[in-house]
Amino acid sequence: MSGEVPLWEVFIRPRNGLSHKHVGSLHAADEVMALNAARDVYTRRGEGTSIWVVPSKAITASDPDQAAENFEPTAGKVYRHPTFYEIPDDVGHM
Amino acid sequence: MYAQGLIGADGKTGESPEFLEAFQKRIDAEEKIEPNDAMPEGYRKTLIRQIGQHAHSEIVGMLPEGNWITRAPSLKRKAALLAKVQDEGGHGLYLYSAAETLGVSREQMTEELHSGKAKYSSIFNYPTLTWADIGIIGWLVDGAAIMNQIPLCRCSYGPYARAMIRVCKEESFHQRQGYEIVMTLAQGTPAQREMVQDALNRWWWPVLMMFGPHDSDSQHSDQNMAWKIKRFSNDALRQKFVDATVPQGEYLGLTFPDPELKWNEEKGGYDFGPIDWDEFWRVVKGGGVMNRDRIRDRKAAWENGAWVREAALAHAEKRRQRAAEAAPIAAE
Ligand SMILES: [Fe+2]
Ligand SMILES: [Fe+2]
Repeated sequence: MSGEVPLWEVFIRPRNGLSHKHVGSLHAADEVMALNAARDVYTRRGEGTSIWVVPSKAITASDPDQAAENFEPTAGKVYRHPTFYEIPDDVGHM
Repeated sequence: MYAQGLIGADGKTGESPEFLEAFQKRIDAEEKIEPNDAMPEGYRKTLIRQIGQHAHSEIVGMLPEGNWITRAPSLKRKAALLAKVQDEGGHGLYLYSAAETLGVSREQMTEELHSGKAKYSSIFNYPTLTWADIGIIGWLVDGAAIMNQIPLCRCSYGPYARAMIRVCKEESFHQRQGYEIVMTLAQGTPAQREMVQDALNRWWWPVLMMFGPHDSDSQHSDQNMAWKIKRFSNDALRQKFVDATVPQGEYLGLTFPDPELKWNEEKGGYDFGPIDWDEFWRVVKGGGVMNRDRIRDRKAAWENGAWVREAALAHAEKRRQRAAEAAPIAAE
Protein backbone atom coordinates (compact mmCIF):
# COMPACT_ATOMS: atom_id res chain seq x y z
CA MET A 1 0.00 0.00 0.00
CA SER A 2 1.35 3.39 -0.89
CA GLY A 3 0.06 6.92 -0.65
CA GLU A 4 1.04 9.97 1.27
CA VAL A 5 -0.36 10.61 4.71
CA PRO A 6 -2.73 13.60 4.29
CA LEU A 7 -1.94 17.09 5.56
CA TRP A 8 -4.18 18.85 8.10
CA GLU A 9 -4.33 22.45 9.29
CA VAL A 10 -4.60 22.89 13.04
CA PHE A 11 -6.61 25.62 14.79
CA ILE A 12 -6.60 26.15 18.53
CA ARG A 13 -8.84 28.17 20.84
CA PRO A 14 -6.46 29.51 23.50
CA ARG A 15 -9.32 29.88 25.98
CA ASN A 16 -13.06 30.25 25.93
CA GLY A 17 -14.10 33.65 24.68
CA LEU A 18 -11.44 33.70 21.95
CA SER A 19 -11.61 32.39 18.38
CA HIS A 20 -9.77 29.34 17.14
CA LYS A 21 -6.53 30.47 15.56
CA HIS A 22 -4.33 28.74 12.99
CA VAL A 23 -1.21 27.35 14.67
CA GLY A 24 0.35 25.08 12.05
CA SER A 25 -0.15 21.82 10.25
CA LEU A 26 0.61 18.12 10.52
CA HIS A 27 0.23 14.81 8.70
CA ALA A 28 -2.24 12.17 9.88
CA ALA A 29 -4.12 9.28 8.29
CA ASP A 30 -7.55 10.46 9.45
CA GLU A 31 -9.31 13.08 11.55
CA VAL A 32 -9.07 11.05 14.77
CA MET A 33 -5.32 10.69 14.48
CA ALA A 34 -5.02 14.31 13.36
CA LEU A 35 -6.74 15.47 16.56
CA ASN A 36 -4.53 13.25 18.71
CA ALA A 37 -1.38 14.44 16.99
CA ALA A 38 -2.48 18.08 17.21
CA ARG A 39 -2.95 17.66 20.94
CA ASP A 40 0.55 16.22 21.31
CA VAL A 41 2.31 18.61 18.96
CA TYR A 42 0.55 21.91 19.59
CA THR A 43 -0.79 21.86 23.17
CA ARG A 44 2.05 20.64 25.39
CA ARG A 45 1.95 23.74 27.59
CA GLY A 46 -1.63 24.77 28.07
CA GLU A 47 -1.92 26.49 24.69
CA GLY A 48 -5.60 25.77 24.34
CA THR A 49 -8.95 24.37 25.39
CA SER A 50 -10.25 23.29 21.98
CA ILE A 51 -8.76 22.03 18.69
CA TRP A 52 -10.06 22.05 15.12
CA VAL A 53 -8.35 20.04 12.39
CA VAL A 54 -9.22 20.69 8.74
CA PRO A 55 -7.89 18.81 5.70
CA SER A 56 -5.47 21.25 4.05
CA LYS A 57 -6.91 20.47 0.65
CA ALA A 58 -10.33 21.68 1.83
CA ILE A 59 -9.02 25.23 2.15
CA THR A 60 -9.57 27.63 -0.74
CA ALA A 61 -7.25 30.62 -0.55
CA SER A 62 -7.30 33.99 -2.28
CA ASP A 63 -4.55 34.57 -4.80
CA PRO A 64 -1.71 36.73 -3.43
CA ASP A 65 -1.19 38.13 -6.95
CA GLN A 66 -4.67 39.63 -6.68
CA ALA A 67 -4.06 41.09 -3.24
CA ALA A 68 -3.85 44.61 -4.66
CA GLU A 69 -7.19 44.53 -6.48
CA ASN A 70 -8.84 42.65 -3.61
CA PHE A 71 -7.71 44.71 -0.69
CA GLU A 72 -6.33 48.05 -1.77
CA PRO A 73 -9.61 49.76 -2.84
CA THR A 74 -10.70 49.72 0.78
CA ALA A 75 -8.00 52.26 1.61
CA GLY A 76 -9.82 54.84 -0.55
CA LYS A 77 -13.12 54.42 1.24
CA VAL A 78 -12.38 56.76 4.10
CA TYR A 79 -16.09 57.43 4.65
CA ARG A 80 -16.31 53.96 6.22
CA HIS A 81 -14.50 55.29 9.26
CA PRO A 82 -16.04 57.41 12.01
CA THR A 83 -13.28 60.02 11.83
CA PHE A 84 -14.46 60.99 8.32
CA TYR A 85 -17.42 62.83 9.78
CA GLU A 86 -17.01 66.25 11.38
CA ILE A 87 -19.15 66.69 14.44
CA PRO A 88 -18.67 69.77 16.70
CA ASP A 89 -16.98 69.03 20.01
CA ASP A 90 -19.91 70.70 21.74
CA VAL A 91 -22.10 67.73 20.84
CA GLY A 92 -20.02 65.58 23.17
CA HIS A 93 -18.68 62.09 22.68
CA MET A 94 -20.30 60.16 19.86
CA MET B 1 16.96 22.92 17.80
CA TYR B 2 19.88 23.29 16.30
CA ALA B 3 20.25 25.26 13.11
CA GLN B 4 23.89 25.63 12.46
CA GLY B 5 25.41 27.84 9.83
CA LEU B 6 23.74 26.61 6.69
CA ILE B 7 25.84 24.07 4.82
CA GLY B 8 25.98 24.13 1.05
CA ALA B 9 23.19 26.54 0.23
CA ASP B 10 22.88 27.59 -3.38
CA GLY B 11 21.11 30.92 -3.64
CA LYS B 12 21.49 31.17 -7.43
CA THR B 13 18.43 32.62 -8.99
CA GLY B 14 17.37 33.44 -12.56
CA GLU B 15 14.62 36.04 -12.35
CA SER B 16 14.57 39.43 -14.04
CA PRO B 17 16.28 42.34 -12.28
CA GLU B 18 12.89 44.08 -11.97
CA PHE B 19 11.35 41.11 -10.21
CA LEU B 20 14.30 40.74 -7.86
CA GLU B 21 14.28 44.42 -7.08
CA ALA B 22 10.55 44.45 -6.29
CA PHE B 23 11.05 41.41 -4.05
CA GLN B 24 13.99 43.05 -2.29
CA LYS B 25 11.87 46.14 -1.66
CA ARG B 26 9.30 44.02 0.17
CA ILE B 27 12.06 42.45 2.26
CA ASP B 28 13.64 45.82 3.03
CA ALA B 29 10.25 47.10 4.18
CA GLU B 30 10.19 44.18 6.68
CA GLU B 31 7.20 42.68 4.91
CA LYS B 32 6.87 38.96 5.59
CA ILE B 33 6.82 36.63 2.60
CA GLU B 34 3.99 34.08 2.76
CA PRO B 35 3.73 30.65 1.08
CA ASN B 36 1.90 31.52 -2.15
CA ASP B 37 3.70 34.82 -2.76
CA ALA B 38 5.95 35.16 -5.77
CA MET B 39 9.58 34.66 -4.68
CA PRO B 40 12.95 34.15 -6.33
CA GLU B 41 13.83 30.51 -6.92
CA GLY B 42 17.05 30.99 -4.96
CA TYR B 43 15.12 32.29 -1.97
CA ARG B 44 12.81 29.27 -2.09
CA LYS B 45 15.67 26.80 -2.50
CA THR B 46 17.74 28.33 0.27
CA LEU B 47 14.81 28.21 2.66
CA ILE B 48 13.90 24.63 1.77
CA ARG B 49 17.45 23.61 2.45
CA GLN B 50 17.82 25.59 5.65
CA ILE B 51 14.44 24.68 7.16
CA GLY B 52 14.96 21.06 6.11
CA GLN B 53 18.41 20.93 7.75
CA HIS B 54 16.94 22.55 10.82
CA ALA B 55 14.06 20.04 11.00
CA HIS B 56 16.42 17.10 10.52
CA SER B 57 18.63 18.46 13.29
CA GLU B 58 15.72 18.50 15.72
CA ILE B 59 14.81 14.92 14.87
CA VAL B 60 18.34 13.49 14.82
CA GLY B 61 19.00 15.54 17.97
CA MET B 62 16.52 13.32 19.83
CA LEU B 63 18.92 10.37 19.50
CA PRO B 64 21.91 11.38 21.67
CA GLU B 65 19.63 12.44 24.53
CA GLY B 66 17.19 9.59 24.03
CA ASN B 67 20.19 7.40 24.75
CA TRP B 68 19.99 8.48 28.43
CA ILE B 69 16.25 8.50 29.13
CA THR B 70 16.21 5.02 30.65
CA ARG B 71 19.33 5.75 32.67
CA ALA B 72 18.43 9.17 34.07
CA PRO B 73 19.46 9.26 37.74
CA SER B 74 16.05 10.16 39.19
CA LEU B 75 12.39 10.23 38.25
CA LYS B 76 12.50 14.03 38.14
CA ARG B 77 15.41 14.02 35.70
CA LYS B 78 13.78 11.31 33.62
CA ALA B 79 10.48 13.19 33.33
CA ALA B 80 12.30 16.39 32.36
CA LEU B 81 14.49 14.67 29.78
CA LEU B 82 11.52 12.85 28.29
CA ALA B 83 9.66 16.17 28.00
CA LYS B 84 12.69 17.82 26.40
CA VAL B 85 13.16 15.07 23.84
CA GLN B 86 9.44 15.18 23.07
CA ASP B 87 9.75 18.94 22.52
CA GLU B 88 12.55 18.35 20.01
CA GLY B 89 10.28 15.97 18.11
CA GLY B 90 7.66 18.73 18.09
CA HIS B 91 10.22 21.26 16.83
CA GLY B 92 11.05 18.93 13.96
CA LEU B 93 7.37 18.70 13.06
CA TYR B 94 6.78 22.48 13.14
CA LEU B 95 9.78 22.91 10.87
CA TYR B 96 8.92 20.15 8.40
CA SER B 97 5.49 21.78 8.06
CA ALA B 98 7.09 25.17 7.43
CA ALA B 99 9.32 23.64 4.72
CA GLU B 100 6.33 21.92 3.14
CA THR B 101 4.68 25.30 2.53
CA LEU B 102 7.50 25.90 0.02
CA GLY B 103 6.49 22.94 -2.12
CA VAL B 104 8.75 20.15 -0.86
CA SER B 105 7.11 16.97 0.44
CA ARG B 106 7.74 15.33 3.80
CA GLU B 107 8.61 12.08 1.99
CA GLN B 108 11.23 13.85 -0.09
CA MET B 109 12.83 15.45 2.95
CA THR B 110 12.89 12.14 4.81
CA GLU B 111 14.49 10.44 1.82
CA GLU B 112 17.15 13.11 1.55
CA LEU B 113 18.04 12.71 5.22
CA HIS B 114 18.32 8.96 4.86
CA SER B 115 20.37 9.09 1.67
CA GLY B 116 22.78 11.59 3.20
CA LYS B 117 21.86 14.26 0.64
CA ALA B 118 20.43 16.53 3.34
CA LYS B 119 22.60 17.55 6.27
CA TYR B 120 21.79 18.02 9.93
CA SER B 121 23.78 19.78 12.63
CA SER B 122 27.08 17.95 13.02
CA ILE B 123 26.95 18.37 16.81
CA PHE B 124 24.77 15.23 16.93
CA ASN B 125 27.52 13.11 15.47
CA TYR B 126 29.30 13.21 18.81
CA PRO B 127 28.48 10.47 21.36
CA THR B 128 26.82 11.02 24.75
CA LEU B 129 29.18 9.05 26.97
CA THR B 130 28.06 10.02 30.48
CA TRP B 131 25.07 11.54 32.27
CA ALA B 132 26.99 14.81 32.47
CA ASP B 133 26.75 15.03 28.68
CA ILE B 134 22.99 15.48 29.05
CA GLY B 135 23.53 18.51 31.28
CA ILE B 136 26.16 19.95 28.95
CA ILE B 137 23.95 19.43 25.89
CA GLY B 138 21.06 21.31 27.49
CA TRP B 139 23.28 24.13 28.68
CA LEU B 140 25.56 24.52 25.66
CA VAL B 141 23.94 22.85 22.64
CA ASP B 142 20.49 24.22 23.36
CA GLY B 143 22.14 27.46 24.47
CA ALA B 144 23.91 27.79 21.12
CA ALA B 145 20.69 26.86 19.38
CA ILE B 146 18.85 29.65 21.19
CA MET B 147 21.46 32.20 20.05
CA ASN B 148 20.92 31.04 16.50
CA GLN B 149 17.16 30.84 16.68
CA ILE B 150 16.18 34.09 18.33
CA PRO B 151 17.08 36.11 15.24
CA LEU B 152 15.28 33.51 13.09
CA CYS B 153 12.03 34.54 14.79
CA ARG B 154 12.32 37.65 12.59
CA CYS B 155 13.18 35.74 9.42
CA SER B 156 11.50 37.20 6.33
CA TYR B 157 9.64 33.97 5.57
CA GLY B 158 6.43 33.98 7.62
CA PRO B 159 5.93 30.25 8.33
CA TYR B 160 9.58 29.80 9.37
CA ALA B 161 9.45 32.85 11.65
CA ARG B 162 6.23 31.62 13.27
CA ALA B 163 7.64 28.13 13.81
CA MET B 164 10.74 29.67 15.40
CA ILE B 165 8.66 31.71 17.83
CA ARG B 166 7.05 28.51 19.11
CA VAL B 167 10.43 26.77 19.26
CA CYS B 168 12.13 29.62 21.13
CA LYS B 169 9.40 29.66 23.78
CA GLU B 170 10.16 26.02 24.50
CA GLU B 171 13.96 26.13 24.35
CA SER B 172 14.57 28.11 27.49
CA PHE B 173 13.39 25.20 29.64
CA HIS B 174 15.87 23.00 27.79
CA GLN B 175 18.79 25.20 28.59
CA ARG B 176 17.82 25.72 32.23
CA GLN B 177 17.28 22.02 32.90
CA GLY B 178 20.71 21.36 31.39
CA TYR B 179 22.42 24.02 33.46
CA GLU B 180 20.74 22.69 36.59
CA ILE B 181 22.14 19.20 35.89
CA VAL B 182 25.60 20.71 35.34
CA MET B 183 25.29 22.75 38.52
CA THR B 184 24.25 19.73 40.58
CA LEU B 185 27.24 17.75 39.34
CA ALA B 186 29.65 20.67 39.70
CA GLN B 187 28.62 21.02 43.34
CA GLY B 188 28.64 17.27 43.95
CA THR B 189 31.34 14.72 44.76
CA PRO B 190 34.85 14.99 43.27
CA ALA B 191 33.91 12.18 40.85
CA GLN B 192 30.80 14.08 39.70
CA ARG B 193 32.84 17.25 39.31
CA GLU B 194 35.38 15.44 37.23
CA MET B 195 32.66 13.91 35.09
CA VAL B 196 31.06 17.25 34.30
CA GLN B 197 34.41 18.93 33.59
CA ASP B 198 35.27 16.10 31.21
CA ALA B 199 31.94 16.56 29.41
CA LEU B 200 32.56 20.30 29.07
CA ASN B 201 36.05 19.60 27.71
CA ARG B 202 34.67 17.28 25.05
CA TRP B 203 31.68 19.45 23.96
CA TRP B 204 33.06 22.99 24.05
CA TRP B 205 34.77 23.09 20.65
CA PRO B 206 32.09 21.16 18.75
CA VAL B 207 29.52 23.57 20.21
CA LEU B 208 31.47 26.58 18.91
CA MET B 209 31.46 24.90 15.49
CA MET B 210 27.64 24.82 15.57
CA PHE B 211 27.63 28.45 14.43
CA GLY B 212 29.20 27.41 11.15
CA PRO B 213 32.31 28.49 9.25
CA HIS B 214 33.89 31.92 9.70
CA ASP B 215 32.16 34.72 7.84
CA SER B 216 35.12 34.97 5.48
CA ASP B 217 34.61 31.32 4.45
CA SER B 218 30.87 31.15 4.44
CA GLN B 219 29.45 31.21 0.93
CA HIS B 220 26.13 32.85 0.09
CA SER B 221 26.06 34.53 3.48
CA ASP B 222 25.60 38.02 2.00
CA GLN B 223 22.62 37.01 -0.10
CA ASN B 224 20.95 35.36 2.90
CA MET B 225 21.48 38.48 4.95
CA ALA B 226 20.03 40.65 2.17
CA TRP B 227 16.98 38.40 2.00
CA LYS B 228 16.76 38.51 5.80
CA ILE B 229 16.78 34.75 6.06
CA LYS B 230 19.73 35.37 8.31
CA ARG B 231 20.11 38.41 10.54
CA PHE B 232 23.54 38.02 12.11
CA SER B 233 26.75 36.52 10.81
CA ASN B 234 28.11 33.20 12.10
CA ASP B 235 31.01 34.90 13.85
CA ALA B 236 28.82 37.53 15.51
CA LEU B 237 26.53 34.85 16.97
CA ARG B 238 29.48 32.73 18.08
CA GLN B 239 31.00 35.71 19.91
CA LYS B 240 27.68 36.47 21.59
CA PHE B 241 27.43 32.87 22.72
CA VAL B 242 30.95 32.79 24.17
CA ASP B 243 30.39 36.07 26.00
CA ALA B 244 27.14 34.80 27.54
CA THR B 245 28.38 31.32 28.40
CA VAL B 246 31.85 31.71 29.89
CA PRO B 247 30.66 33.53 33.03
CA GLN B 248 28.01 30.82 33.56
CA GLY B 249 30.74 28.18 33.57
CA GLU B 250 33.06 30.18 35.77
CA TYR B 251 30.22 30.67 38.24
CA LEU B 252 30.33 26.89 38.77
CA GLY B 253 34.12 26.82 38.98
CA LEU B 254 34.41 24.98 35.66
CA THR B 255 37.20 25.67 33.20
CA PHE B 256 37.04 25.86 29.42
CA PRO B 257 39.46 23.80 27.31
CA ASP B 258 40.95 26.85 25.60
CA PRO B 259 44.21 28.36 26.93
CA GLU B 260 43.64 31.44 24.76
CA LEU B 261 40.24 32.21 26.23
CA LYS B 262 40.38 35.55 28.00
CA TRP B 263 38.37 38.71 28.50
CA ASN B 264 39.26 41.51 26.13
CA GLU B 265 38.32 44.77 27.79
CA GLU B 266 38.76 46.75 24.61
CA LYS B 267 36.29 44.81 22.50
CA GLY B 268 34.05 44.08 25.47
CA GLY B 269 34.08 40.37 24.76
CA TYR B 270 36.19 37.25 25.13
CA ASP B 271 39.04 36.33 22.83
CA PHE B 272 39.24 32.64 22.08
CA GLY B 273 41.56 30.24 20.32
CA PRO B 274 41.37 28.94 16.73
CA ILE B 275 38.66 26.43 15.84
CA ASP B 276 39.72 23.18 14.19
CA TRP B 277 37.78 23.47 10.94
CA ASP B 278 39.32 20.28 9.60
CA GLU B 279 37.47 18.44 12.34
CA PHE B 280 34.26 20.30 11.50
CA TRP B 281 34.38 19.35 7.81
CA ARG B 282 35.43 15.80 8.61
CA VAL B 283 32.35 15.36 10.82
CA VAL B 284 30.01 17.14 8.37
CA LYS B 285 31.21 14.81 5.62
CA GLY B 286 30.46 11.69 7.60
CA GLY B 287 33.64 11.12 9.60
CA GLY B 288 32.23 11.73 13.08
CA VAL B 289 31.99 8.97 15.66
CA MET B 290 28.21 8.69 15.38
CA ASN B 291 27.31 9.67 11.77
CA ARG B 292 26.63 6.10 10.70
CA ASP B 293 24.67 5.19 13.82
CA ARG B 294 22.46 8.26 13.58
CA ILE B 295 21.36 7.57 10.01
CA ARG B 296 21.05 3.85 10.71
CA ASP B 297 18.75 4.62 13.66
CA ARG B 298 16.63 7.10 11.71
CA LYS B 299 16.24 4.65 8.84
CA ALA B 300 15.33 1.83 11.21
CA ALA B 301 12.70 4.03 12.90
CA TRP B 302 11.24 4.90 9.50
CA GLU B 303 11.26 1.35 8.17
CA ASN B 304 10.00 -0.25 11.37
CA GLY B 305 7.18 2.28 11.47
CA ALA B 306 6.08 1.63 7.89
CA TRP B 307 3.45 -0.94 8.86
CA VAL B 308 1.93 1.52 11.34
CA ARG B 309 1.58 4.22 8.69
CA GLU B 310 0.13 1.71 6.23
CA ALA B 311 -2.29 0.31 8.79
CA ALA B 312 -3.46 3.81 9.76
CA LEU B 313 -4.12 4.70 6.12
CA ALA B 314 -5.91 1.39 5.53
CA HIS B 315 -8.04 1.94 8.63
CA ALA B 316 -8.91 5.47 7.50
CA GLU B 317 -9.88 4.12 4.07
CA LYS B 318 -12.05 1.39 5.64
CA ARG B 319 -13.87 3.94 7.80
CA ARG B 320 -14.44 6.15 4.77
CA GLN B 321 -15.90 3.25 2.80
CA ARG B 322 -18.14 2.16 5.66
CA ALA B 323 -19.43 5.70 6.06
CA ALA B 324 -20.10 5.87 2.31
CA GLU B 325 -21.97 2.55 2.39
CA ALA B 326 -23.99 3.56 5.43
CA ALA B 327 -24.95 6.97 4.07
CA PRO B 328 -27.41 5.88 1.31
CA ILE B 329 -29.12 3.46 3.67
CA ALA B 330 -29.64 6.17 6.24
CA ALA B 331 -31.04 8.42 3.54
CA GLU B 332 -33.60 5.84 2.39
FE1 LIG C 1 14.71 22.17 19.55
FE1 LIG D 1 16.06 22.13 22.62
